[in-house]
Amino acid sequence: MDTITYFKDRFEKLQEQQLDSRLKSLRDGAFSAFEQTGIPTVKHEEWKYTRISDFFSKDYHFTTDLQEQQFRATELQPFLLPGHENANIIVFVNGHYHAEHSVLRSEELEIISLEAAAHNQYAGIVETHLGHSADYHKDGINALNTAFIQEGVFIHIQKGKTVNHPVYIYNVTDARSGNIFAQPRALVHVGENAQVEILETFATIGADESFTNQVFEIAVEENAVLSLYKIQNDAANSTIVSTTHVHQVGKSVANVVTISLSGGLVRNNLNMVMSAPYCEANLSGLYLQSGHTHVDNHTVVDNRQPNCLSNELYKGIMNGHATGVFNGKIFVRQIAQKTNAYQTNKNILLSGNATVNTKPQLEIFADDVKCSHGCTVGRLDEEALFYLKARGISEATARSLLLHGFALDVLEKIGSEDVRQYVNKLVTASLNLG
Amino acid sequence: MLSIKDLRAGIEEREILKGINLDIKPGEVHAIMGPNGSGKSTLASVLAGKQDYEVTGGSVTFEGKDLLELAPEERAGEGIFLSFQYPVEIPGLSTTNFMKTAVNEIRKYRGQDELDAVSFLKKMKEKMALVEIDQSMLSRSLNEGFSGGEKKRNEIFQMAMLEPKLAILDETDSGLDIDAIRIVANGVNKLRTPENGILVITHYQRLLDYIVPDFVHVLYNGRIVKSGTKELAYELEERGYDFIKSELA
Ligand SMILES: Nc1ncnc2c1ncn2[C@@H]1O[C@H](COP(=O)(O)OP(=O)(O)OP(=O)(O)O)[C@@H](O)[C@H]1O
Ligand SMILES: [Mg+2]
Repeated sequence: MDTITYFKDRFEKLQEQQLDSRLKSLRDGAFSAFEQTGIPTVKHEEWKYTRISDFFSKDYHFTTDLQEQQFRATELQPFLLPGHENANIIVFVNGHYHAEHSVLRSEELEIISLEAAAHNQYAGIVETHLGHSADYHKDGINALNTAFIQEGVFIHIQKGKTVNHPVYIYNVTDARSGNIFAQPRALVHVGENAQVEILETFATIGADESFTNQVFEIAVEENAVLSLYKIQNDAANSTIVSTTHVHQVGKSVANVVTISLSGGLVRNNLNMVMSAPYCEANLSGLYLQSGHTHVDNHTVVDNRQPNCLSNELYKGIMNGHATGVFNGKIFVRQIAQKTNAYQTNKNILLSGNATVNTKPQLEIFADDVKCSHGCTVGRLDEEALFYLKARGISEATARSLLLHGFALDVLEKIGSEDVRQYVNKLVTASLNLG
Repeated sequence: MLSIKDLRAGIEEREILKGINLDIKPGEVHAIMGPNGSGKSTLASVLAGKQDYEVTGGSVTFEGKDLLELAPEERAGEGIFLSFQYPVEIPGLSTTNFMKTAVNEIRKYRGQDELDAVSFLKKMKEKMALVEIDQSMLSRSLNEGFSGGEKKRNEIFQMAMLEPKLAILDETDSGLDIDAIRIVANGVNKLRTPENGILVITHYQRLLDYIVPDFVHVLYNGRIVKSGTKELAYELEERGYDFIKSELA
């Protein structure tokens, strides 16, 4: 059975079961988009270096087929992030939101299912923002997630409130009995003058293959501040396609830091859509890979209004046979005068077999803008290495000091002290191995 | 303590050092002068163990050990320090962290315990005062955005921290203002004990008023072509290198 037929069966069943769903027509539209394009292959311009189609020729369980999973809180234990005890917790297992493992600690925060939100006072927000990422991703994998939205999660942050506890999102895939294809989905609405810090991670349990196709949409209102830290440190048998779509509806600040330390294949799509004047977006990323892993960061900064500022800094350290991709698009619409958009991508290859493809893509239709971009792919600086060794520092220590120094300005973008220290520890540990 | 015999080294096909002979005994200060491109920094780099240069002949022993057999970090462990002509900028690594690592790696090499935090800080404070350098500079990324003079002063700070047996100073005076030369010289003179040796590479006699050498050598075209006492430096200052070239001709 080909992939489209496979999903069509399941899609039709889902639509029949949920006749009165408010999300039904959204799913319909998405499924026909999926039918037209299918799973993107390397022939697709945006997927040239990242092959995800192989997974679909294997046998796998799709989340709609699965019975409610037996999942115990202890199974989450190995993946807990520091500060877990004080955080609002959201747990997805195989793409399903698990309310019983989730914890709500902040009253400024509301967590309900997308389906429920589509029926209550949030219906307008859901209608405006759910599926907005599709405007930026004309490929079947994004559509496939939307086509199968069931409960999903809607997170609402009350206007004028600073969420006093961070929000931790665990995307767990249970691949203990067969390959799994999971599709977590969330929509976050950060109200006017609200502030929130979100930390998310991905974890695979079991030795079979996992494929997580996540779509995470966030709408940020006037004067709000969003900080999102994405930590990817998953197993070698995992594939992650993580689409994060930040829509700055009002003048606001959005900080997103993406740290990719391991995992079989990682594809991050990060969109910063600035739909109000004077928005600020900071996008940073560090990818540190070895073995046969692959990490691909595709970013889009869309300046739709004047006077917005974006700072983008991505750094990569690649060892072994690891392959990396950075693709940074910056759109400056005609009306978006006085845009300031900066982009840097720097890579260090530690092995002759590691590669990085880096590509800035600037499409500028306004004339009064400041845009800069620069990318480098190089080796560890031998002069610097000698300088350190001449001070008595061993080769291995010298290398890790230099690499840590290289990564430091990305780590410093992590605003939360706890998270920064934690990530720093992970980074240091993995640099010592290299 | 250091004995260089007929040392030949070069890069690819090109020979840069063409048979260097030099002996430094404990307590001695030697100065090397010589025109641009004569091989002074190459000699310093070869002594510190830079891999770019291939040693094609001769020997170097340091306190009885075959120096050329040792890795750069082992040479530092044995007590060799090179103050770089062009100190390298290291993003994301502060001088403080750099020195903490260096001091402890050298201690480890010598079979000593790590320096505890309190002793390390005490040592830092003492050496900071010696070279009149302040904390803010030591917290910044090493050499990044430092002025020429600041880089050189930082080198001497590192030397003071590591307390080497043999310090090789490659044009540490260039780029320094008059006060800074005095400060740097003061730092170097602190190291001047009956046990330690110092090799100063410079273009200017002025530094040698502060760090008074026992011997002055002229390195020309990969060889030491003339040696003398501190008076030789005055003569060079006055007459340039031409008289040496004509002596050789
Ligand atoms: N890494 C290298 N690659 C190629 N040539 C080199 C290299 N290092 C040194 N050389 C050459 O060897 C010669 C000696 O250089 P060196 O830096 O030792 O001179 P120097 O005496 O220190 O000069 P200066 O007074 O200008 O510092 C020069 O001609 C230089 O170009
Ligand atoms: Mg030189």
